[in-house]
Amino acid sequence: MAFLPTQPAPVIEVTDLVTHYGSRRILNNVTLEVRKGEIMVIMGGSGSGKSTLLRHLIGLERGSSGSIKLLDQDIGKMTDYELNQFYRKLGVAFQGGALFSSMTVGENIMLPLREHTDLDEKTMEIMVRLKLEVVNLAGFENFMPSELSGGMLKRAAFARAVIMDPVLLFCDEPSAGLDPVVSSSLDELILRLRDALNMTIVVVTHELGSAFRIADRIAVLDQGEVLSVGTVAQVQASDNKRIQDLLNRRFEEERLDPDAYLARLTGE
Amino acid sequence: MPTSDNPPNLILQKIEALGRGTTRWVEGLGFGVTLLYEAVFWVVMGRRQKQPIRAVPIFSQMMEIGIEAIPIISILSLTIGMMLAIQGIDALEDFGAEHQVTIGVALSITREFAPLITGILVAGRSGSALAARLGTMTINNEVDALRVMGINPIRFLVVPNLIAMVIMVPALTLWSDLVGLFGAGLYIISDLGMTTGVYINQTTQYLDANDVLHGLGKSVAFGALITLVGVVNGSAVTGGAEGVGRVTTQSVVHSILAIILADLIIVFLLTR
Repeated sequence: MAFLPTQPAPVIEVTDLVTHYGSRRILNNVTLEVRKGEIMVIMGGSGSGKSTLLRHLIGLERGSSGSIKLLDQDIGKMTDYELNQFYRKLGVAFQGGALFSSMTVGENIMLPLREHTDLDEKTMEIMVRLKLEVVNLAGFENFMPSELSGGMLKRAAFARAVIMDPVLLFCDEPSAGLDPVVSSSLDELILRLRDALNMTIVVVTHELGSAFRIADRIAVLDQGEVLSVGTVAQVQASDNKRIQDLLNRRFEEERLDPDAYLARLTGE
Repeated sequence: MPTSDNPPNLILQKIEALGRGTTRWVEGLGFGVTLLYEAVFWVVMGRRQKQPIRAVPIFSQMMEIGIEAIPIISILSLTIGMMLAIQGIDALEDFGAEHQVTIGVALSITREFAPLITGILVAGRSGSALAARLGTMTINNEVDALRVMGINPIRFLVVPNLIAMVIMVPALTLWSDLVGLFGAGLYIISDLGMTTGVYINQTTQYLDANDVLHGLGKSVAFGALITLVGVVNGSAVTGGAEGVGRVTTQSVVHSILAIILADLIIVFLLTR
């Protein structure tokens, strides 16, 4: 049946997005589609514009030109009230967790429920416990954020991001600053969240290992431009020099011998 | 090393810095006015927008701003009341009018000292805390997190503080009036041999409700100013922990300046 679509419909459509900070062009005609149910990793080095792109995708910044459609709605044309209502369909896990330090982990996760629903306290508590179990943090609801490790903070942030069962989940540098074991467990968590909650997930990262583990497709961003969008294999096979430079940095890091590195530092 | 190009460059740099400073100041002022407008909007329209103002954070802020400040306000007000009495008696003795000290002390405490002391103290305690909290929340992406949860940060963070300020600063001012008058009375009674009854009689005779309301009205404005200045400074934070320290200090200085300027304007408008 040739006329049936072979790909799921796009739920995020970025078209010719341009943004400037002063006279500097940060995003340069970015065009990108994310399909329903996929994990799209936006990958790039420092200063490539990936975090700026994420801030545009979640409506925290507006571009100079171009459009962003989430779930078929142009977020650039929404009023503040419409955007506030729309945010209930999104979850965002920020890089440092962004949990409120004056609230317990449980109160942090419960906040969107308390603000947007009329659920009773007991139901909300059950929902918080369920989400904490999903992110492997069962029993931590009464801890303060300051009592959690970096990896735990990010897990708690994931629990808060998915408490309203969003359709779209955005993650900013989920594995940044974490050791490889914790980083890998967060990758598994992202995969599990997609499978268990059937979400479309956009991950911004500069960690190539993590990107290759979780991505259905990767968008490589450099100097505000999308260099390539494709599967892991397609990106790895790209003959674009800038992409290869980015990938080679990873292999150099992996090939680095700790003894040689120490010797170089100490000058021996 | 100075070169022939340096003097014009230096002048140009100074002019640029002045221009940038002025722009920042005007931006801050504009942001403050917008904040006040938005805060009033959320108070009036919050429920209709399905984002009501909740009572719990208001009470918690009232505790922090008001109740916890009572000991320090009491000590300051008692001391200043006594100092005013000492100075007043000393100055009036030259004219043999020391028994008239009560009127000067009562008017200056209720109309000026109590609202000013309270405003400055709350700016130092709670205004700085608000700026530091907002600054930290901004650099930790907590304010962005609120936005993407569909929670308006002004409604959630600013309005409870603003409401608590405009209730508790006048309440503390009233307390400061009472303690200041008590402190002044202690000295006047012991120094002039006046009885407690006479002191109370004189004070209530000279003071009318307008004097007290004048001070309380000003303190409402001071409360609002402390919140707005704290929020404007806290939201403008850049540069991590060092930036938070900078905006906290700035917030105290700007709040005190705003309070004194507002006091001058209000006094001029109401009394001339």
